Amino acid sequence: MEKRVVITGMGIWSCLGKTLDEVRDSLYTGKSGIVFSQERKDAGFRSALCAHIEHPDLKPFISRNLRQFMPEEAQYAYMATRSALEHARLDQDYIDSHEVGIIYGNDSVAEATMQALDKFRDFKDTSACGSGAIFQSMNSTVTMNLACLFKLRGISLTASAACASGSQAIGLGALLIRNGLQDCIVCGGAQEANMYSVAAFDGIQSFSVREDEPTKASRPFDRNRDGLVPGGGAATVILESYEHAVKRGAPILAEIISWGFSSNGDHISTPNVAGPARSLELCLSNSGIKAEDIGYINAHATSTRIGDSREALAIAEIFGETKVPVTSTKSQTGHEMWMAGASEIIYSTLMMKNGFIAGNINFENPDEDTACINILPETREIHFDTFLSNSFGFGGTNSTIIVKNL
Amino acid sequence: MTREEIVEKVNSLLSEEFEVEAEAFTPEANVKETLSLDSLSLVDLVAIIQQTYKIKIPVSDLREIKTFNNLYDYIESHLPA
Repeated sequence: MEKRVVITGMGIWSCLGKTLDEVRDSLYTGKSGIVFSQERKDAGFRSALCAHIEHPDLKPFISRNLRQFMPEEAQYAYMATRSALEHARLDQDYIDSHEVGIIYGNDSVAEATMQALDKFRDFKDTSACGSGAIFQSMNSTVTMNLACLFKLRGISLTASAACASGSQAIGLGALLIRNGLQDCIVCGGAQEANMYSVAAFDGIQSFSVREDEPTKASRPFDRNRDGLVPGGGAATVILESYEHAVKRGAPILAEIISWGFSSNGDHISTPNVAGPARSLELCLSNSGIKAEDIGYINAHATSTRIGDSREALAIAEIFGETKVPVTSTKSQTGHEMWMAGASEIIYSTLMMKNGFIAGNINFENPDEDTACINILPETREIHFDTFLSNSFGFGGTNSTIIVKNL
Repeated sequence: MTREEIVEKVNSLLSEEFEVEAEAFTPEANVKETLSLDSLSLVDLVAIIQQTYKIKIPVSDLREIKTFNNLYDYIESHLPA
């Protein structure tokens, strides 16, 4: 028999805050996390806009020798996961005596790889890379570090699915729990926020160049959008079977009722409408609920011209006349990429638990495609019990999750 | 470079890199134990000496470096002319 899958803890390290309360308030007030980076401009970026992410100090928690294995994104993920485990009331004693797994989304290790290889080339000696380089420069670095630090002994897997990585990680985690293969899994997504991780992305002219107005640069669905703004950080959710959560007296926040996915099988960077629409359709069909039961859609929309248009058309195709409220929290955070699918589940759950929908800041005018969906430009106090979250990535990978309030 | 300069520089580098107070670096103290080096972090000791003094320490030589004095001696005797 299939098991119900619930969220019992959330933790985040984001440009909108480092605690759930901070993030909730930032969402409500429409705070933008976007800044202008002189460092990027001086380095030769076409667009020097990015989200501002504070670097955590892990010295109080982790010894020097273990920190050597952790690149920036693993540090963010550690802080997010510490908070999520605490929120879920999962302490080390419990973890030590039960099988807890981890599935984390991550799809780059650019800075760590670059730094290690620079040293190798400078000194013509592999030892110059240092003890941590190999562990820092693997895509699974977040998963391997967290599994060792928190002594996790269940599934240990990294989801690398471009900008859908965090969402696919949660979807996979939910699937394993639903099928009874795991009782509890730490899921999430992490994104390095250093300039090297996005230099090549800047190179293909995907970023907004509205440098004179950083907080207005990320404007998903708006007619005058001119590209995305890169962000970063990490977000962790604790997934458990409903029975497992009840048995250990865990706080139950929400239920993951469905996961849908698809691949466009088309262009590597230009999305289409059919692929995302199939992801939405599969997710709705798996959920057993109707489109009109969805109270809010957290869109993938990154503020690119084609991406936002195609997503709007896909939503319109599946939701038809149902004018469900849609926003993209990337208007506030920029594009958190590998982290986004996880952070946006947290953002949306915070809205659901607190009775509001954060406005899609900077949305002033639709274009002819984005006009076909109901985008909320300002925060509204609205009670809703079910939301849908989209995450789409390069290569045409699509993931959709539906979450219900409990 | 004098012996005193080597001692001062090495102690400062190792203290910062391995997060151990330099007061613990007495001449006869065991390097691995004092710096909490395991088989992996030992590589960082090799890397930092290489990056600072352009001296490569082969594994066979590394085995002979037990104390801080041994380390200072090694650096002093292998400094490029």
